Amino acid sequence: MRVVISFLAGSLFGIGLLISGMTDTTKVQGWLDLFGQWDPTLAFVMAGAILPMLVAWRLTANRRPLIGGRFPQKAAPELDCQLIFGSVLFGMGWGLVGLCPGPALASLGYGGVGGIVFLIAMIVGMVAAPTLGAQLDRPANAA
Amino acid sequence: MQPEWIWGLGGGLLIGLGAALYLLGNGRIMGASGILGGLVDGSDRSLERLAFLAGLIGVPFLLRPLLLPAAQTHLTGNITLVIIAGLLVGLGTRIANGCTSGHGVCGISRFSLRGIVATIVYIMAGVVTVALLRHVWGLI
Repeated sequence: MRVVISFLAGSLFGIGLLISGMTDTTKVQGWLDLFGQWDPTLAFVMAGAILPMLVAWRLTANRRPLIGGRFPQKAAPELDCQLIFGSVLFGMGWGLVGLCPGPALASLGYGGVGGIVFLIAMIVGMVAAPTLGAQLDRPANAA
Repeated sequence: MQPEWIWGLGGGLLIGLGAALYLLGNGRIMGASGILGGLVDGSDRSLERLAFLAGLIGVPFLLRPLLLPAAQTHLTGNITLVIIAGLLVGLGTRIANGCTSGHGVCGISRFSLRGIVATIVYIMAGVVTVALLRHVWGLI
């Protein structure tokens, strides 16, 4: 059951990314190109995606997931260096070529060699992240 | 060809439905960087995550010829840029513990401060990057 739900959720996510144009890097870079030919499509994608989730979060109140267990707890409203620094790095990479993790995966089957190279580099970055993240913590803890 | 915002909104709704199904069904937050990250760094190699990736990668590949045969990624041919961007996205999303799907879609809809701040920060970083590279240095 858990695996079937996972597969269906991944499939919906992937088709949504394809249809919305979010696997097209020119559209994504167009959204980020505020000082050029701005493309507002991504705002509609975000709004469309947030709507069902607004309902879903409401439905989690006093309920359990279908397969049992518990819903994930909401993170404490605390900001830290890792959240900000990590998001800056991510945004820079996103702007550079117009791919973020979801679309990079969804377009893997038709994105050519470049898409595969991006995915490999992204995986290398993901594996290296804990080492860099730990460096970030050090000065904060020492202070 | 309908206006592109209808495709954006429709595709967005499907993304949100996927996230809602993953949450209400499995009790999980649908974040692409978290799901892939856990698989590659070995922190969570569950079949659940593999099945998610199989749907995410396989279904668009199989359905693209039927739905949108003209869809392309238009990814830059500059492979150095692609590698740098991939490294930055991998590092950044794992350090910040989320990307457009986790912090953006799932976080904002929960009114999570961390999700909202992360989304504002990565969009701003992306806007500055595109502005500099496209309009100042002419690299992209």
